[in-house]
Amino acid sequence: MNRENLSSLFCGFLFALGLGISGMTQPQKVISFLDLFGSWDPSLLFVMVGAISVYSIGYRWVQKKERPIFTPQFLIPSNRQIDSSLVLGSALFGMGWGIAGFCPGPALTSLVGLSQSVLVFVGTMLITMVLFETWQLRRSRK
Amino acid sequence: MIGNALLGGLLVGLAAILMLVFNGRIMGISGIVGGIFNPSTRSQAWRYFFFSGMLLGGLVLKWLLPQALENTLPRNNLQLVLAGVLVGWGTRLGSGCTSGHGVCGVSRLSPRSLLATGIFMLFGILTVWIMNYWGLTK
Repeated sequence: MNRENLSSLFCGFLFALGLGISGMTQPQKVISFLDLFGSWDPSLLFVMVGAISVYSIGYRWVQKKERPIFTPQFLIPSNRQIDSSLVLGSALFGMGWGIAGFCPGPALTSLVGLSQSVLVFVGTMLITMVLFETWQLRRSRK
Repeated sequence: MIGNALLGGLLVGLAAILMLVFNGRIMGISGIVGGIFNPSTRSQAWRYFFFSGMLLGGLVLKWLLPQALENTLPRNNLQLVLAGVLVGWGTRLGSGCTSGHGVCGVSRLSPRSLLATGIFMLFGILTVWIMNYWGLTK
């Protein structure tokens, strides 16, 4: 196993632990967080606060680095163009998030629970991602 | 509750920044997993390793903190399928989800990610409100 793959494995592991400890893997908590006009539970706001503070500080430090430790170059998106795909895609994602209380990370982390609801959600999500690539390919050939 | 949320958030942020420092990549889950299905993506192995790491993390949670994987939200299969389609298509079309846009992009002050995060939060809030209003919660 090379170093890049090993650190990916470790980051995925740490990420899943963080999601589980934070409460993001419990859809009922996510829905309460989004229920701004009902019985709002703001606690999940602190997941964003924690994650964003670590990443903001870390990112400022990383910006001074020439290259990552295990790979030849940084692959950071440089696109600053706002387009309709970004707006429409984010709106659709928000609706799905509001229906089931799952976003991709927590849903994939919860797979090992083997509950029917997670299997149905993740199965549909992955099939849709495959269909998206097919559509994307056809669209780019035109 | 708040303490757990903050601690979990710090770990999520740590995982994301280590991914950048060591591998030079943005830790966006929809992109990492969706990229597996993209035939033109050159490097693939690390994506499987990241996903395996998540499953290992899930197993540790199941063992040490089983309540973390408890889902008590009443949703029928039709709602779950609809949500899976919307999240799968939406995150790929919008180039990111809660991790890539919401954590990494917002921290980088990327205008695209700031807008995307505002939009998916807004639509999430509206969807929950509409579902409660019409009693669509099973």
